[in-house]
Order: sequence, then structure tokens, then C-alpha cells
Amino acid sequence: MKNIYMDYNATTPVRPEVLEEMLPFYTQHFGNPSSVHWAGRAVKGAIEKAREQVAALINCSPAEVVFTSCGSEGDNFALKGTVDALKEKGNHIITTSVEHPAVLETCEYLEKQGCEVTYLPVDKEGMLDLAALEAAITDRTILISVMWANNETGNIFPIEEIGAIARKYKVRFHTDSVQAIGRIPVDVQKANVDLAVISGHKLGAAKGVGAMYIRRGTRMTQFMHGGHQERHRRAGTHNVAGIVGLGKACEIAMQRMDEDMPRIQQLRDRLEKGILESIPEVKLNGHPQRRLPNTLNVSFAYIEGESILLNFDMKGIAASSGSACTSGSLEPSHVMCAMCVDVVLAHSSTRFSLGPDNSDEDVDFILRELPPIVQRLREMSPLYNSDARMSCSQCKVVRRA
Amino acid sequence: MYTDKVMDHFSNPRNVGEIEDANGVGEVGNASCGDIMKIYLKVEGDVIKDIKFKTFGCGAAIATSSMVTEMAIGKTLDEAWKLSNEAVAEALDGLPSQKMHCSNLAADALHEAIKDYRENNA
Repeated sequence: MKNIYMDYNATTPVRPEVLEEMLPFYTQHFGNPSSVHWAGRAVKGAIEKAREQVAALINCSPAEVVFTSCGSEGDNFALKGTVDALKEKGNHIITTSVEHPAVLETCEYLEKQGCEVTYLPVDKEGMLDLAALEAAITDRTILISVMWANNETGNIFPIEEIGAIARKYKVRFHTDSVQAIGRIPVDVQKANVDLAVISGHKLGAAKGVGAMYIRRGTRMTQFMHGGHQERHRRAGTHNVAGIVGLGKACEIAMQRMDEDMPRIQQLRDRLEKGILESIPEVKLNGHPQRRLPNTLNVSFAYIEGESILLNFDMKGIAASSGSACTSGSLEPSHVMCAMCVDVVLAHSSTRFSLGPDNSDEDVDFILRELPPIVQRLREMSPLYNSDARMSCSQCKVVRRA
Repeated sequence: MYTDKVMDHFSNPRNVGEIEDANGVGEVGNASCGDIMKIYLKVEGDVIKDIKFKTFGCGAAIATSSMVTEMAIGKTLDEAWKLSNEAVAEALDGLPSQKMHCSNLAADALHEAIKDYRENNA
């Protein structure tokens, strides 16, 4: 049985060219880049090269790139480092109800520390009302944090327009750009972003490495103490091989985005059209157009997401779901609830996120296997062909709208 | 994450469907938690002659529903009443701990169906 991987928003395989660049840094070039001797010197240059590669992809200066361990670290640093550094100025943060938990749960933590947080709602297509964002700004607002693209729906937020609002009110602007980097053009200058976050394993580098963009002059407290690394902004011996790989992955993303993404989008669009045409009562979650080219999120009425994924898995198909069972809680995805998706449909939400290794055959296979899976589960469901009403009033889980 | 027995009952569930002339029906769960189980009984004398289920839910919800129908069929109502959610999970060689609370409700659905039968035939 052939395995089909369509969960690139969860993680991606390390690209072979990336691995090839990384390997010498485990054995041959093992030095600590902070050392003065030959072993350290050989490695220092490699880190600075990677910094340039990352900077080139997002259009910033290499000195504005800080290497981290992952995307969640970047979001934690951006929020906590800002709150600490700007506590004289204010304590109000504006974010959205559909952020990744790395932002949402950090905000909840900061609320306990005395911050006030506005969680902006989204509409049924998962988009923001920028007038509401602007209206939420007060003279105590120190940070706006809006993700560049949503991990579940793929929705792309109008980062340039939000950047313009942030500039107008002189409020710092952070974006969790983990899902956008390498998939759509990200230009931190053009978007007037002050802080942005990159995760290595979402774009073909290894797990355990990430980077942040910190605009020159952005005052932050040090996130990790205990060393002078990264211009005193982030202590800890560099993950040299990981960083080298991240640099290479950024270089490849820059070279191939224009070629890969239209092809991936074509596959995604064909999958979407095929599903919507062959299965009745399917709902597309997210904005029909303003989405990452690789992401498709759909709900199949009357059936639950984990049981769909298990059936997929038996056929070798890897996808993901916003059902409670896969979120590790009793509630379905907070993103679906924020969009006021009916609670049963929220439990059914299924995400396909494609990548460069997917093919037409993969799409054909899924379009062949999916309809009978959905039909079988529906025939097992007490909600199918029944009068039981499903309504959004049951969606008690809109936590922050 | 699931045992072979859970996957067996999930992929080949026993006794799926409805009983048109059921004389006891029980439903537990709710949509917001993502699990709804409905059990149909055909009781003759004091014995469960036929039992069917319909379930909206995850792998554990479907597998426990299937398992409870196998455990209950042919039993007297008093015997079936003694079946517990824990016994169903045990018969499946266990469930992941996070599923024990939310998706392990099949015996409750059976109890509701028995209650329904007893109320109808009191």
C-alpha cells in the first residue's frame, strides 16, 4: 500500500538537499560557534550564512534574525519579551480568537500576570474585521499579534493592512508567520511587521529549529538567560546543524516557491472540487479564495473527524482533524468554533494540507476512497436521515468571541 | 493508540443499524462533546433477543458501541444491566486514558434502553 501524506501543515519531511547540508555539522564540523579556535570558527561562518538565507526569504537584514528552537518559542518570546520591555507603556494586547495555542495560551498566561487581552472575533469565513481591530486600540495597547496564515483553514490575513494600522497608532506588530513562510511571499518590510516567527519543520528543515525576525530597534527583554548568543537575545548553544538546514530550506523555498506552489494549488483545487462534487452535504471551512495554496479544510455532515482519520489511516492517507478527539479535549477546534461552524460540523472538520511531494495520483486515490468512507460512517450515525436538529446554539465553546 | 480489538470493532462493527419494532431505545452523549450513541433493543420475555446501535463519534465510541451489543445479546435484562463501561473497555483490551471518560458511554446507552423498555412495560 502506498502511503499518502497530506498533513504538511503539521510537519514536513526534511528535504534531501537540506539533510545533506546538515550532516557534516554533526561530525566533521562539530565545533561550538562561540569558541575562538579552528573548530568554532568553521561553524560560526555557517551560522552567519544561514542567517543571510533566512533574511533573504523574508526581506530583512541578517542582523534582525534570531535563531530559536521552534515556532512556539518564537511566539512566547515575542509576547512575553514585549510585555516585559514595554510594561511602562501599557499592558494591552490585541490578538485574534483563531491564533495558534502558542499565542493564545501565552496570552492567557499574560492575562494572569495582569495584561489585558482583546481576542478579535472572525466571521463565518474566518476573516477579521479590521475596523474592529482599529477600534480596539487604546493608549495602553502595546502589541498587536495576528497570524499571517491560519494553520487549520489556511486563511491568509491582510498583514500589510494590519501593519499599516499598527504603524498609524505606533503599536508594535507581531505575526505568527509559521504557516505562511515558504508557501506565500512574506516581506516583513512591506508589511511593516516588527516581529515574525519561523518554524523549521514546516518548510522542509528539521524539527527543533526555528527563527524570529526582530526589527532593528525593537526593545525586548532577553528570553533565555545564560549566554551571549544571538546578540544577547537568546542564550543557548546553537543548534548548528538545524540552523544550517533551516538556512538551506529557506534558500530552496525562495527558489522553488513560484514553481511549486501553483502546482500544489492545482492539486488542492482539484481535490476540493472533487470532494464538493462527489459527496453531498460537505462544507468548506475558511475563505474560498484568501487561503494558503496548499490547505483544504472541509466538514462532512453527520460524522466525526477522528473516525474519518482512522479510516484514512487504514488506506494509508495522513490528514488531520479539528474534532475534540484529536485536539485532546472535549471541545472541537477553537478555530471552527470562532467561525461559528455548527458543532457537529466542527467535530467533523478534516484538513488536507499538501506539499511538494503530492501528485495527481494522490488526489485521484483520495477522491476514489473518500466517498465510501463517508457513506459508511454516515449510515452508522444516528444524526443521518434523522430529524435531530443541529444548531449553532450548541456551540457553547466560542471561548473568546 | 488503539488496541487490535478496538480497531477490529471499529472497522467491522457488529450490529449496526436500527430495529424498527424496538421495544427499548436509549440514547446518551451530546453533539458538543462529539459522541452520540443510540441503542435499540428487542426484548422478548426477559431476554435481549436483538440489539442494534447507531453512533456518531470517534473510534472508541464506535468500537465500544459494537462491543456492548455483542456482550448484551442473549442476556437477560438483569444480566445486561450489570454491564459497565469499564467492562466494555476491558473486553476491548483497554482504551487510551483520555477516551475512558468521553467516549466510553456504550453501557450507559444500553442502560438507558433497558430503562426505556422497563418504563414502557411497567
